[in-house]
Amino acid sequence: MTQVPNDLKYTQNHEWVRLEGDGQVTIGVTDHAQESLGDLVFVEPPEAGAIVRAEEACAVVESVKAASDVYTPVSGEVVEINETLADSPELINTDPYGEGWIMRIQLADASELDTLLDAAAYQELIADEG
Amino acid sequence: MLIYDISRPGRRAFAQAPYREPSADSLPRRFRRQSPPRLPQVSELEVVRHYTRLSQKNFSIDTHFYPLGSCTMKYNPRGANQLAMLPQFLGRHPLAPDTHGQGVLACLYELQQELAVVTGMDEVALSVMAGAQGELAGVAMIRAYHEARGDTARTEILVPDAAHGTNPATATMCGYKVREIPTGADGDVDMAALDTALGPQTAGIMLTNPSTVGVFERRIQEIAARVHEAGGLLYYDGANLNAILGKARPGDMGFDVIHLNLHKTFSTPHGGGGPGAGAVGVNQRLLPYLPLPRVGQEKGDRYRWLTEADCPESIGRLGTFGGNIGILLRAYAYLRMLGRDGMVRVADYSTLSANYLMKRLQAEGFTVAYPERRASHEFIVSLKKEAKELGVNAMDFAKRLLDLGYHAPTTYFPLLIPEALLIEPTETESKRELDGFVEAMVRIRKEAEEDPDAVKGAPYRLPVRRLDDVRAARDLDLRWEEHS
Repeated sequence: MTQVPNDLKYTQNHEWVRLEGDGQVTIGVTDHAQESLGDLVFVEPPEAGAIVRAEEACAVVESVKAASDVYTPVSGEVVEINETLADSPELINTDPYGEGWIMRIQLADASELDTLLDAAAYQELIADEG
Repeated sequence: MLIYDISRPGRRAFAQAPYREPSADSLPRRFRRQSPPRLPQVSELEVVRHYTRLSQKNFSIDTHFYPLGSCTMKYNPRGANQLAMLPQFLGRHPLAPDTHGQGVLACLYELQQELAVVTGMDEVALSVMAGAQGELAGVAMIRAYHEARGDTARTEILVPDAAHGTNPATATMCGYKVREIPTGADGDVDMAALDTALGPQTAGIMLTNPSTVGVFERRIQEIAARVHEAGGLLYYDGANLNAILGKARPGDMGFDVIHLNLHKTFSTPHGGGGPGAGAVGVNQRLLPYLPLPRVGQEKGDRYRWLTEADCPESIGRLGTFGGNIGILLRAYAYLRMLGRDGMVRVADYSTLSANYLMKRLQAEGFTVAYPERRASHEFIVSLKKEAKELGVNAMDFAKRLLDLGYHAPTTYFPLLIPEALLIEPTETESKRELDGFVEAMVRIRKEAEEDPDAVKGAPYRLPVRRLDDVRAARDLDLRWEEHS
């Protein structure tokens, strides 16, 4: 069963966002996304320190089927990236909401969070997609 | 196994050995090699067996039905092969003067002319080496056109989300930002999204028609009008030309530049990486920028290669000499064998095959992606239901098809259809072969209902079992190294 944890926010593009409470958010791709992508073979994260704008493609995940962009739903500075994904991209398959996180961003504009979906809305979105 | 693996010191084959010991005395000593080249040392019989075995392992159009969507794997007529192999073609040296190659230049010139007529473009250049290079040439010409007009504000190329992955890659390689246009529920381009995306920053749009979801883009002329109105140009990806050959012309639809995969539509051998031929065609607007060389005709039916001196604004050369001439000659022979009437039959029968196969699979309970639309030369089956209910996905079906003697259709493409099989039967398959494919699909689903793990373990009858895609992608091993 596809997991959609209640404590996270989501995007139309199948990223999840966790509010860390200190003005930072952690971003990854959802369980549904990793299921549709299949086995991940490569992850290209942004550079730590990069300034990103909301809706911008800032990482690439590549699976045996396809390469897909990961969009940041919020603007800000990339403060940390998940270095372990370089050697173990499969963490996104095995633990998409935990060890498979992709990047942490220092928010520039907290109001951008208002556009995100809650778990129920995201659940509905992926149910529509089947 | 490589032939080097069966090499043993001292073994030799004499069939190709020179009649007399060649002399290297005329070469300066410093250019002569000090040690013998590392060639495999094998007997004649070992060579014969090695390559015969390799050919038997090959899954090819000569041995199997090959419905690989968007690749047009049709029969490559032996007649075209035979004509292209005439000694007068084979013996020609690429550096020979034009006066010594009037025959081959005449063939290439006629091929340029015929392709221009059948696509509705004004001029064609043939020397482009492959489809992806054709795209690169096409978008480079769009860029050259805008730059020549001093219109440097155009920074975006629009690409529908169903496009071949090479389209956004090409636009990016040419320095453009890619803007994706969604596909509507009916399979056509979403016009509202197109309108939103168009603007003074639009350099052009890349389209395939019929599109990669296997349907004809019905509003193509409207799309062309809107893109042109915004100042952009239209690029036609020729991947799916087979469906409309001789029936509808990209030039009439409003396209400014096209590439043709001669190795698909014009039936030259392909697969395994080439060689291909990605001829490009343009209308008057882009004519100055066509890549070189091209064949020009002069008074008295004389032909010659056009160069930079003739076409100073050309985007340049994309390969050596005149392109893959052996392939171009095969396409020329194919085209002449068909004639214009024959080309229409290509479109008729390729779409008939696809629609027959689609209806039969539907009748057997498979889900097609756009059931309300008529298929072009290809269509999509979505195995979402089978994946969900039986746990057997598109990849498992594909692997099991190989066991049953059918090359797998294209899997997981286009990306917007879940568990996609993109199926293109082509015009050269018989009804019996198509029926056999339907039976194989039905059989696999039955197997999946009874024992899904058995299907997930396929293939069983090929030289290799299920390959580890992840390891293959992450642990590239492409170079042969001698075992010590």
